[in-house]
Amino acid sequence: MTTDLALFLGIAAISILTAVSMLLSRDTIYSALFLVLNFLAVATLYLLLNAAFIAMVQVTVYAGAIMVLFLFVIMLLGTSHDTLGGPYRWQLPVAIILGLGLITELAVTLMARGESISNNAASVSEAFGSPASVGKLLFSEYLVPFEVTSVLLLVAMVGAVILTRRGKQEGL
Amino acid sequence: MNVPTSYIIALSGVLFSLGILGVLIRRNTIVIFMSIELMLNSANLAFIAFARMMAPAAEALRGQVIVFFIIAVAAAEVAVGLALIVAIFRNKETVNIDEVNSLQG
Repeated sequence: MTTDLALFLGIAAISILTAVSMLLSRDTIYSALFLVLNFLAVATLYLLLNAAFIAMVQVTVYAGAIMVLFLFVIMLLGTSHDTLGGPYRWQLPVAIILGLGLITELAVTLMARGESISNNAASVSEAFGSPASVGKLLFSEYLVPFEVTSVLLLVAMVGAVILTRRGKQEGL
Repeated sequence: MNVPTSYIIALSGVLFSLGILGVLIRRNTIVIFMSIELMLNSANLAFIAFARMMAPAAEALRGQVIVFFIIAVAAAEVAVGLALIVAIFRNKETVNIDEVNSLQG
């Protein structure tokens, strides 16, 4: 087993374990913290896949900003210990069967077509995925989508303020 | 890192399935929302893996640009979604999704 493969298997095991722990934790706070660990593991994987800029964005935006927002809301609403499965007894087994079915489907597809995407040996320059190269693309070819994204973030901000404000009308 | 792309796609698929499972089995709205984030993240992982596979080509970097946009959209989605959850909690005093059924016919 090569070092690269061992490294990948270790990170993959961490990310899957944290995802499963997130699903099974009864306490919402623990779920959120496990999700932070999962995001950090995936960010490490991005770094190993020559995506340095995206890895840093992942850590600051996902593991930083978004998860802090989640934790803030959990603290605001209070943690609740909920049960798995819904009001119907068949819900949990059916969900697990459907999840396993999806994994089987993906595995079968990968077994059948995986040969065509097995090659990953090409070496790349250090500039690939650096902030400079991604930024150059963002500000030239993808300038319009980039500006639309800023409008989207503004709309989301205004929407969040309006949804949570206590107006004259009761309710929302 | 010299690992076959199919391994990374397999990891991405497993994480996506775990996200779906989370949406199906958990009752807490916030945990369901976190599972959706997990699914978005696994899609990002597939984008990055394919960008690495196509790497010597100049177009390969576009995969990483798409991931940047997905992260931006996810941030906007989280802001609005959590605001909705807070608004629902104010009205109904619950985050359990089975009790939020006012629209049920």
